[in-house]
Amino acid sequence: MSTTETSRGADRLRADDATTEAPPAAGLKAVGGVAGWLDDRTGAAKPIGYLMKKVFPDHWSFMLGEVAMYSMIICLISGTFLTFWFVPSAGQVVYDGSYLPLRGVTMSEAYRSTVDISFDIRGGLLIRQIHHWAALMFIVALSVHMLRVFFTGAFRKPREINWVIGCILSMLALVEGFAGYSLPDDLLSGTGLRAAEGFMRSVPVVGSYLSYFVFDGPFPGEAIIPRLYSVHVLLLPAILVGLFVAHIGLVFVHKHTQFPGPGKTNDNVVGFPVMPVYAAKAGGFFFIVFGVLALIAALVTINPIWAYGPYDPSPVTAGSQPDWYMGFADGALRLLPGWLEFNAFGFTFSFNVMIGAILLIPVMYGLMAVYPFLERWVTGDEREHHLLDRPRNNPTRTGLGMAGLTAYGVLMFAAGNDIMAIKLGLSINDITHILRAAFFVAPPIAFWVTKRICLSLQRRDRDLVLHGRETGRIVRTADGRFFEQHEPLDEYTRWLLVQHDKHEPLQLTSGVDEHGVVSPTARKEKVRGALSRFYFEDSINPVTPAELAAAHHDGHALEAIEEAPHEESGSRPALESARREPPKRP
Amino acid sequence: MSDNGTPHGEVVGQDSDAYGATAVRLDQGHIEGTGGLPERFENPGLPAHVARMADHDEKAAKRAEKQVATLFGLSSLFTIVFVVAFFAIDRESTAFIPGIGRTSLYNVVIGVCMAIALLGVGVGAVHWAKTLMPDEESVEYRHTQRASDEDRRRVVSELTQGGTKAQLGRRPLIKYSLLGALALPPITLIVPLAAGLGPVPKDALSKTMWKKGDRLVRDPERTPIRADQVTIGSVFHVLPESIKDSQHVLEDKAKAAVLLMRLNPEDIKPQKERDWGHEGIVAYSKICTHVGCPVGLYEQQTHHLLCPCHQSTFDVTQDCKVIFGPAKRPLPQLKITVDSEGYLVADSPFREAVGPSFWERGHA
Amino acid sequence: MNALAARRRHPAAIALLLLLGLVVTGVAYSFLSPRQADAAPAAASQIQDGKKLFLANCATCHGLQAQGTKAGPTLAGVGAASVDFQVGTGRMPLAKPDVQAPQKKAQFSDEEIAALAAYVASLAPGPAVPDADASSGKGGDVAKGAELFRVNCAMCHNFAGSGGALTRGKYAPSLRNVEGKHIYEAMVTGPQSMPVFNDTNIDPKSKNDIVAYLHAVDTQENVGGMNLGNLGPVSEGLFVWVFGLGIMVAFAVWLGKKAA
Repeated sequence: MSTTETSRGADRLRADDATTEAPPAAGLKAVGGVAGWLDDRTGAAKPIGYLMKKVFPDHWSFMLGEVAMYSMIICLISGTFLTFWFVPSAGQVVYDGSYLPLRGVTMSEAYRSTVDISFDIRGGLLIRQIHHWAALMFIVALSVHMLRVFFTGAFRKPREINWVIGCILSMLALVEGFAGYSLPDDLLSGTGLRAAEGFMRSVPVVGSYLSYFVFDGPFPGEAIIPRLYSVHVLLLPAILVGLFVAHIGLVFVHKHTQFPGPGKTNDNVVGFPVMPVYAAKAGGFFFIVFGVLALIAALVTINPIWAYGPYDPSPVTAGSQPDWYMGFADGALRLLPGWLEFNAFGFTFSFNVMIGAILLIPVMYGLMAVYPFLERWVTGDEREHHLLDRPRNNPTRTGLGMAGLTAYGVLMFAAGNDIMAIKLGLSINDITHILRAAFFVAPPIAFWVTKRICLSLQRRDRDLVLHGRETGRIVRTADGRFFEQHEPLDEYTRWLLVQHDKHEPLQLTSGVDEHGVVSPTARKEKVRGALSRFYFEDSINPVTPAELAAAHHDGHALEAIEEAPHEESGSRPALESARREPPKRP
Repeated sequence: MSDNGTPHGEVVGQDSDAYGATAVRLDQGHIEGTGGLPERFENPGLPAHVARMADHDEKAAKRAEKQVATLFGLSSLFTIVFVVAFFAIDRESTAFIPGIGRTSLYNVVIGVCMAIALLGVGVGAVHWAKTLMPDEESVEYRHTQRASDEDRRRVVSELTQGGTKAQLGRRPLIKYSLLGALALPPITLIVPLAAGLGPVPKDALSKTMWKKGDRLVRDPERTPIRADQVTIGSVFHVLPESIKDSQHVLEDKAKAAVLLMRLNPEDIKPQKERDWGHEGIVAYSKICTHVGCPVGLYEQQTHHLLCPCHQSTFDVTQDCKVIFGPAKRPLPQLKITVDSEGYLVADSPFREAVGPSFWERGHA
Repeated sequence: MNALAARRRHPAAIALLLLLGLVVTGVAYSFLSPRQADAAPAAASQIQDGKKLFLANCATCHGLQAQGTKAGPTLAGVGAASVDFQVGTGRMPLAKPDVQAPQKKAQFSDEEIAALAAYVASLAPGPAVPDADASSGKGGDVAKGAELFRVNCAMCHNFAGSGGALTRGKYAPSLRNVEGKHIYEAMVTGPQSMPVFNDTNIDPKSKNDIVAYLHAVDTQENVGGMNLGNLGPVSEGLFVWVFGLGIMVAFAVWLGKKAA
């Protein structure tokens, strides 16, 4: 545990602060029993000792990634159980189990085995429901976790790699979920596979070949269920586990970020050590997540495949949607207009399908993955950041995030347009038209509104620091004036409001050197400068001690800044004299 | 972080009340001034630790201990109840539970037991940590991620030395052949996988199993349909009779599913649609031209066909042209007629590819 | 000579006597004439009752002879089944002009509905009210009904009959807890946007199977717990975002807070 060399004001931590140290005895004494036997053969005591002392900060929003991780582990556990009974085969059989409405119906083995798990295997329905609810929870938690990381700027150096890994994990989780719910080969998910075949067809040049390669011939074929099975059970879990181990490993290497606050600096982590506090809390939280998912699985049905019926290309159900996390792509397909498909040179270009089905996901994830690098280029900020941003302190980033979220939300709600129509008494045609417009109109509005809200929150913070908290006590002076007493903030509360960085647009050279030669990167630099201004031209900067001092001098709306004539001596005569006088206004 | 006092506010005006300085708006701020105050506030350090009840009151600590023990005990108890219920409750029993309705008693009981068993452990452990484990904040120091310059130099020198020791520089033949040797062998794995991938479609996407003379049969009963059985306003879900001989039923159904409707002939606008139908009975492919869902929703009064997946809407009175939604092409029509016994039959196969568009489709 | 006798040559006496005679004959006739007994064609009085109800409640939109107006279609040929369905489920009389007639509380009693049905049936031949046993779902093959339902009905009404959207604000309503005969009648008559599924399309036994399936769903729809409306992944997604995430975050907040 080495300390940094630079000394900053914040090094004035509590002098008697007790840092955690392993009791000296434990390192020297031989550890008995099994642990000793293992350590004799692996030397594991050292890294384990190191890991046990690691400090993790305590904020509820840091638990979101844990919820995602635990949900994934619960999927792995419940999924293993399911693999013992699920049959990944499209071979046709006649049902003869205990669920009467399906007796005598011809169906695939995959569907039959799923119905058996639901009705004829003890505890099968519970495990199936835990598995599916945990899958939904996994993607919900990782999405909210990603939003938290974005809005607090936790993706900045040195965590860009982790952000990219996270984006890949998120995208693979979507595919894993899609493969998973398509395995039972029921009417709803089979309709989804049918649409997937249509998506593949829309790829130019190789579309029909792609469709035939993936499905091993015409749709539906007998290969897609077993292939989805190996993707869902073997390929993607392996990649997901590998990437997520790297993800967690990097968190250990970088140490977790922390929200700013008294005592917290960019060079430390304040929190609780793994042993015993975090082991108990994080370990306990795993059981809590599992318990909540078991409770939901006990009380709420999910994916009632017995009611959908086996997949057949002829019937279809009203309200055909994919699981929620694919909703944005489904919504995009509902909103994209038909005139985007056209024939040219004897070939068909189906952009109405391709944009939503093939391009949307890579483009969306690509933009997300690239964002940290873009922000770094625009802001020119090359420092390591371990203190999180309060979202209000970076209004442009927060606004951009909200704009992106709004666009995503429009698409996701579009996927439920027929459900909204029947539940809210609207027309699907009207909903579609409104959401088509909203996709373009709502994000800029969201950006502008969010940015304005952030800026006003920042101004309010400044106000709070400069003028203190309104106490609600009215005081009357001897000469008959009334004013409200303000209580200045204590230094702990104040710190949170003044600790953030000052932001300024980049000052860039004109691009032309002294001989009038235009620099080759001049155009890029101009773009960079313009973007930097877009980011920071409105920035509201934290209060400085000088401003606070000036604010104490009068209660008028206009503050005054002292210009002391004796800068070199470091004395502050005018200010000090002002302080010594009894204040005209508190 | 150095900073020169670039005032980021506007100079509003002189104020004689002020101490000879110009008055400046401070709602954007970051003016350090020249009065000698530090440029930024200082971190006040961690606030004083506040003890919990269990830290100084043994009774509170004992109470917390009992609470944790109760939670753990509850968890163990419900594990036992779970095991008993797992075997004892009849798998097919149902019960009426308020808020849910009639549901599988088995699922609810074992699920709730499992939930309490798990939550007991989890909540107990967290409560233990919160009340009894030390809650004084610890501080761990960070170091820059970057390895030291010395480490970097060492690695670079090891690598270059390694290259020199391997005589890479002196052996240009090795250098040139190395690239191929590294890049090409994975092809031995990729080629079998790629070459083994499915059949080539050729023209299969453009053909369905419908032939001239194929009777239209109901889905799923597979009984043929007489023209007089189809009344105005009705819709029949139809397959070709030859599906009974198909070796790939689902694959053929995925292209051959057809919708049969009867309209008043005066309502049908295009002459071609009337000609390809039979006295107002028309047959259209059921496979949506958007991404292939079955277009089943027939609105009898408006004569519109709606696809439930992405809401493409087709107008049956206008040869199923698209009137709303993301589809582009109209549904292909199947030319039908009646045979000698009055049963509806296909008069020709589909004249164009059914289902979603694909690259080679062009105008076919 | 009393007062009455004194007026026996009054000119009004003849008219009054005639009137008295008519009234006495009429009353005697109505009491003494044989009752007409017809069953299958409704009693003339039932048709008359129906006509009276029709004129009072339906003629504004459907025309005085049920010939149809701009506001409502002709009822000639729709049959007793249509009336039994539309009026029995409360869809008719229509409360206000709208894209669709919503189901509401029936405004008429069973006898009144039967009378209306009889009147409309008398206008022209049309589908009759189905036999109670053949449309109650009793003895129906649930599995067969399920298969037929999925092919013919689920695309509009949803796999469990929870209802679905049609174009321009119209919808296929929920089929939860609908009487068997109303389901049967809807299939036969094809109300509003619904296509006609006459007996040559789906035969009567198959229709009974479909009713049996829907009634089975009514009693069994919550196998795994709360069914969230049987609307599919949309409601499941909403549930996990609101309650799933909400509970997890609540626990996370509790976990991070300092103990008392």
